[in-house]
Amino acid sequence: MSDPLNAAALLANFVVVPAVAYGSQLALGALGVTLIYGILRFSNFAHGDTMAFGTMITILFTWWFQSMGLSLGPLPTALIALPFGIVLCAAFVLLCDRTVYRFHRANRADPVIFVIASVGVMFVMNGLVRFIIGPDDQNFSDGQRFIIKAREFKQMTGLSEGISIKVSQGITVVTMIIVVAALFWFLNKTRTGKSMRAYSDNEDLALLSGINPDRVVAVTWILAAALATIAGTLYGLDKSFKPFTYFQLLLPIFASAIVGGLGNPLGAIAGGFVIAFSEITVTYAYKKFANYIVPGDWKADGLMQLLSTNYKFAVSFLILLMVLLFRPTGIFKGKSV
Amino acid sequence: MSYLIAEAMTGGYGGADILHDCTIAAEKGEIAVIVGPNGAGKSTAMKAVFGMLDLRKGKVSLDGEDITSLTPQDRVSRGMAFVPQNHNVFPSMSVEENLEMGAFLRRDNISETMEQVFELFPILKEKRRQNAGELSGGQRQQVAVGRALMTQPQLLMLDEPTAGVSPIVMDELFDRIIEVARTGISILMVEQNARQALNIADKGYVLVQGANRYSDTGQALLNDPEVRKSFLGG
Amino acid sequence: MSRAGLLISMRNVLYFAVMAGLIVLVGQMQSWNLALSILNLCLISAVMSLGVNMQWGYAGLFNVGVMGFAALGGLAAMLVSMPPVREAWAAAGSGAWVGIIIMILSILAAVALYRKLPKSGFRTVLIMLVVITGYVLLRIFFDPTTAVIEKVNPAATGYLGGLGLPILIAWPIGGLLAGGVAWVVGKITLGLRSDYLAIATLGISEIIVAVLKHEDWLTRGVKNVTGLPRPVPYEVNLQNTPWFLELCEKLGADPVTFSSIFVKLCYATLFTVVLLFVLWLSERALRSPWGRMMRAIRDNEVSANAMGKDVTARHLQVFVLGSIVVGIAGAMLTTLDGQLTPSSYQPLRFTFLIWVMVIVGGSGNNWGAVLGGFVIWFFWIEAEPLGLWLMDLITSGMSEDSGLRAHLLESAAHMRLVTMGLILLLALRFRPRGLLPERTHQ
Repeated sequence: MSDPLNAAALLANFVVVPAVAYGSQLALGALGVTLIYGILRFSNFAHGDTMAFGTMITILFTWWFQSMGLSLGPLPTALIALPFGIVLCAAFVLLCDRTVYRFHRANRADPVIFVIASVGVMFVMNGLVRFIIGPDDQNFSDGQRFIIKAREFKQMTGLSEGISIKVSQGITVVTMIIVVAALFWFLNKTRTGKSMRAYSDNEDLALLSGINPDRVVAVTWILAAALATIAGTLYGLDKSFKPFTYFQLLLPIFASAIVGGLGNPLGAIAGGFVIAFSEITVTYAYKKFANYIVPGDWKADGLMQLLSTNYKFAVSFLILLMVLLFRPTGIFKGKSV
Repeated sequence: MSYLIAEAMTGGYGGADILHDCTIAAEKGEIAVIVGPNGAGKSTAMKAVFGMLDLRKGKVSLDGEDITSLTPQDRVSRGMAFVPQNHNVFPSMSVEENLEMGAFLRRDNISETMEQVFELFPILKEKRRQNAGELSGGQRQQVAVGRALMTQPQLLMLDEPTAGVSPIVMDELFDRIIEVARTGISILMVEQNARQALNIADKGYVLVQGANRYSDTGQALLNDPEVRKSFLGG
Repeated sequence: MSRAGLLISMRNVLYFAVMAGLIVLVGQMQSWNLALSILNLCLISAVMSLGVNMQWGYAGLFNVGVMGFAALGGLAAMLVSMPPVREAWAAAGSGAWVGIIIMILSILAAVALYRKLPKSGFRTVLIMLVVITGYVLLRIFFDPTTAVIEKVNPAATGYLGGLGLPILIAWPIGGLLAGGVAWVVGKITLGLRSDYLAIATLGISEIIVAVLKHEDWLTRGVKNVTGLPRPVPYEVNLQNTPWFLELCEKLGADPVTFSSIFVKLCYATLFTVVLLFVLWLSERALRSPWGRMMRAIRDNEVSANAMGKDVTARHLQVFVLGSIVVGIAGAMLTTLDGQLTPSSYQPLRFTFLIWVMVIVGGSGNNWGAVLGGFVIWFFWIEAEPLGLWLMDLITSGMSEDSGLRAHLLESAAHMRLVTMGLILLLALRFRPRGLLPERTHQ
């Protein structure tokens, strides 16, 4: 009778827990992309590198705090450094808007020009990150590692499979919930938030109503930078920080935003979890799981893995293509501009 | 002197002139209507009054002040409000939020104005939590007019408010517009349904090819056989 | 020709002359070997940017997957030219064939369904079912086989090898391979808003490179396939050939140095032929009614649509054509390298650099794309010594053992990214039509 329970624990440990954490990170990333799309009406290819940039600043502050002996006890020091990362990242992103995007906005340039410009910004950010912190893996997590250890779980339940939850995973989910709640409160309840939604809905009418476009755009960039820095830092704490990985995150993040419907914040969150769960369920090796649930002496040969983890971003890509084929506006209706 | 005077407006969208010496005025608390055949420059005249296109010649003054060089946004803060023909609501926002956005520039308490709008359009109060994009065409027009009224304008400009709504809804909308005018707000309106519009108009302008052809009171224009023959279908 | 027109064409000639002068300067100052290496890569870059220019310049399509299409060309070069590994085929036995048959059958079935059934959600679901079933069957039959193949002399082979044909054949085949993939991606994403094509091409190119990196039985993965047969003579052979030695004597050149220069010249000739051919075709196409229609669509999609032009079909056409050219260039590059190194496919080098070439050169102008290919590649190569020199200068005031100095010198290479990004942004802002703007026919 313990076999199905063991199988469930196995799945929970290797699929559900990681997917929830990864999904939260993707959701935060996709929210940034979707906000930029909703307000500025282009897909921001620099978003992955904005995440890397903000995370890098957070890491630098973390190291500094660590060297001063500052710590949050069981929680990672990076949490104290995060606000500094957000502020500096937002400042840099605003500078980019000033120097790059504003000109094209004033010219009412084609969306594709903005996309190409964002590619240019991506280059610059990517280069700066590599220049400052280097292209290699950086580890900056400290504090306690686990909320629940697999061994403790086994002792508690008597199962032979354990579930472990890392502190970083716990922090990711809690932070995501807080950030999303704050964002939705901001968008739905505050004057500035509502003016952003209005601008996204109908730019011309927003102008007629006296909404200041410069302000809306600036607030959007600040929010996007904050979301990117938070998402990037959480991802870095959970896994590790490597600039190229952050560039590669662009694909699952875009997929999440499009699956949910570009420009739709709720959709971005749903999309993040859809992509994360699909990616992890498809690339998980079900060998042990199958051995638990198939009765008798049958043993699975091979890993029983649908897709090697090397191709995990192929999952985002395929889901993306399916959504484009069947429902180009996404699950929740996004903008079909 | 009229509350709004747009005098001898000449200009277009960069290319050839669309308006030629076009003059339009609106009095306080009165309804002025612009009618004319398709392509006569009615909507262009409206946009010119609101500062959405550059005039080569002519001037616009509001309450005796020259506002020719002001941006549309600045004109809003001077007491003008504009309801475009299409895309005139925020579809993914609730009715209430649409009205709030109309009052974006106001820092004082807007609940009283909102109550007035709800009194004028009771259906909106009922649907205040619903998204504007989910409403029917006529209700959406009410939201659009309501949004414009939220700035407490002195001059309300409507670009074909009855386009695409049923005749019953049209009559009701016109009734509401008369009510608005009675509160002392000037109304400038472009209309396809010339006969009905002139019926409620204090002043009517018939534009042809961007120039004034006839200008008179609404009733006088309706009674003018020339106007009837050429523009009102007999 | 009008006076202004004459001035413009004189300016164009001047640009190319300056470019040629720069390469000669490298030959004189650094070495002719280096100058020719740069020239060869300039030629390949020019072909590649001609391909991207077709997509962007003619049609306004933003392809962020140039890397993937170039990699397909490279794959074709390897698969066509390398000799088959008989031991691996023998060891794989029927498994390999079963795998190939399953793959072909499921593709054929999917294509047949697509052709025969009317467009509907049902058809799409059916096609997906066929593809998924094919995939699972393929995995069941083929997985054990790949392991066997990879065990055959892994240090030297461990893969199936290729067809053992002359590598020049691979150039058109690489183009076709790239064009085929482009057709599938384009079919799905064209007609939707432009961002989707960008994102989808980004995805497909990452996947293609991942396949190259991880399917060892096909490409040896990160172990690389080296020693691809060449279309030109080998230096060692030349050094033992009487007529070559005679030529060296006549020119008074050292046979060892001159042999490598000679080989590079041979490559340069081949590449120039391809470049001129593609350029000639592109110019013809651009001036044909087809080209005029493409530009009309680009400039005003709505009215072109209203005039009954099938915009999506035209876009698909030009997207596939451009990708074919990129694929050819990719095959040429692998031929020049003499090896397939999957890990060398970096988006920066293969996608974004090409974009900078097109934008800086002049979107919509074929000569501009060629010039951009030359200029940007030249600076890409020369930026490294230049950057190091600059960093040396900046850090010269610091003490020898300063950590900051070491870091700065070590990271100088990354400044290339920043520089390229800045060039792209500056070009977009101050010279959006590029060095050689598109000629507008009034």
